[in-house]
Amino acid sequence: MYLGVDIGSSSSKAVLINRAGMVCGEGIVNIGTGSKGPQISVEQALRQAGIQRCDVRKCVVTGYGRLMYEGADRQITEISCHAKGVKFLWPTASTIIDIGGQDAKVIRVSINGIVENFVMNEKCAAGTGRFLEVMARVLDCRIEDLSGLAARGNPGVVISNTCTVFAESEVISQLAAGMSIEDVALGAHKSIAQRIAGLCNRIGIADAVVMTGGVALNHNVVTAIEKEIHHPIIRLEDPQAMGALGAAIFAREMEAGNS
Amino acid sequence: MEHQKTSKQLLGELLDKHYADALHAKAEGKPVAWSTSIAPQELLETMGIHAVYPENHAAAIGARKHAQEFINHSEGKGYSVDICSYARVNLAYMDIQQCEAANIPLPDLIFCCNNICNTVIKWYENIAKELNVPMILFDPPFNHEYEISDQNVKYIKAQILHAITRLEEITGQKFDYDRFREVMKISSETSRWWKKASLLACAKPSPLNGFELFNYMAIIVCMRGTKEGLELFKLWHDELQEKKEKGVGPWKDGEEKYRVMWDGIACWPYLGDTYKVLKKYGINMVTSTYPDSWYIVYDENDLDGMARAYSSNYVNRNLAFGTDNIIGIVKDFQLDGIIYHSNRSCKLMDFRQFEVQRKVEASTGVSSVIFDGDQTDPRAFSLAQFETRIQALVEMMEAKKRMGGAFYE
Repeated sequence: MYLGVDIGSSSSKAVLINRAGMVCGEGIVNIGTGSKGPQISVEQALRQAGIQRCDVRKCVVTGYGRLMYEGADRQITEISCHAKGVKFLWPTASTIIDIGGQDAKVIRVSINGIVENFVMNEKCAAGTGRFLEVMARVLDCRIEDLSGLAARGNPGVVISNTCTVFAESEVISQLAAGMSIEDVALGAHKSIAQRIAGLCNRIGIADAVVMTGGVALNHNVVTAIEKEIHHPIIRLEDPQAMGALGAAIFAREMEAGNS
Repeated sequence: MEHQKTSKQLLGELLDKHYADALHAKAEGKPVAWSTSIAPQELLETMGIHAVYPENHAAAIGARKHAQEFINHSEGKGYSVDICSYARVNLAYMDIQQCEAANIPLPDLIFCCNNICNTVIKWYENIAKELNVPMILFDPPFNHEYEISDQNVKYIKAQILHAITRLEEITGQKFDYDRFREVMKISSETSRWWKKASLLACAKPSPLNGFELFNYMAIIVCMRGTKEGLELFKLWHDELQEKKEKGVGPWKDGEEKYRVMWDGIACWPYLGDTYKVLKKYGINMVTSTYPDSWYIVYDENDLDGMARAYSSNYVNRNLAFGTDNIIGIVKDFQLDGIIYHSNRSCKLMDFRQFEVQRKVEASTGVSSVIFDGDQTDPRAFSLAQFETRIQALVEMMEAKKRMGGAFYE
């Protein structure tokens, strides 16, 4: 078995694949680097696959916490791992939008799977999962409820996309001015979508566009991005696990000697 | 004995001397100028006016990790965080006048050339106004056409002549044209040796670790018109030539695996950190846009040539020139990648960076990455983000090498 571990800023993911490339175990924990998250996610994946750690032939680690993780044979950036994971499941993918806890990135991949270029958000959390966490807190809802709320919202509320802190105070004043939670949630999603569209335009969009990362679980954000970039977006079943899947594939290639 | 020193030792000594001479001149009541980094220093050198360079000085404060206290002071006075951090450091230094890097005396004259930056106009104007000292401004227009037009040359030459008159008025001394000719000759010669030395990095492996460019640059800025400056670059060249002939690479303890160019100014507060990340992956930054920036070459007594040379900096040239310049560097230095520093301070350099990146990639197929940072504001840089981007660049360069390299190869 081959193990891929993706340690993000707010979640940890582990994927185990067998020699044939089939996923045999997976673990996703909503705590990230510096916590017990990575260990718990690996234990979950091992349990699901019904194997022990010593049965793992190779392990590759990726994500923000990759440099601190012990026990991997190699560490590879999340940029290459997301590209690897997505191309494995969706070979015609050319553009990958990955929005995680603290990063938003757009990756351009060649036909043969090589990362040609990528762009990432600047230091501010605007346009990332952290932005949505802040929005959910101010709107007093759970993060997983944002998508349903925004789907019932009416367009028109404008939220800044240059700074999360400004956006937070804008939301508070919009609510104080009597705007509904649904309308504000939709405005916040549009704000992320515009920011991501800026990154997409910088790098150039080519079909097929695939979205990964935790934010891809929010269907309303995905729809808002589709409207901004005028391209359909493919949603994979398990967008959060793409980095870990890519890492596991790299682990398998390591043993095959072609990485 | 002078000739037995290494260029590195000489570099340190010359820099100490540069700052000591300025303080000494001031103490003796002689005029001191504050000048931008690519200004016609030949005029000051001819008049015997000691010049110091706020951009260089701010960089030195940044490299010693003391920029924050100066930045806090400027922002406290009301300067916006969006203004260039060199300006924020220098405007604070003007008040504080004490730093861990060498101190510089306050100016009696401001010498400002906007061929590299627009912010300098207002930044230097503020200094002149606050200290009530005269300011001489050189205004080489942006070159919207590929070449520098004769009209621009004429305009800049007139400004040089006017500046000579102003300097005569300010100092009460006649301008010595014989001395001027000599200084012009030395300045061009120093520029030639600076470029000749830095071009030795075209060799594979490069004998030069490009971060040294950032150190040696201090002398090409501060002492370009002096014989000592000229001797330094000859010595540096000879040392690198010897390394090249022996096939010695940039480091004693590592192999040059990838060759990249650094676009833009260094992150001075993180100079060591950025260097270590690159070295960890075997990346040698073999060059940057700096070798050409101080290649200010013209014939002696040729004022038209001098005017043209000061207008020729790539920052002052159009997009097509800026792009061709980097494409040329990619080929000459056989680069595997480019690291673009999106520098929060320098809007002028960042302005077209995305487009240059796109065009260079389309033309050469070379891998590249943009990271966010700042030349001296330590708050605008994250080492973890930098490393992720550099590692991703390595992964792209490696994949490309496996596929047979970039197209230009």
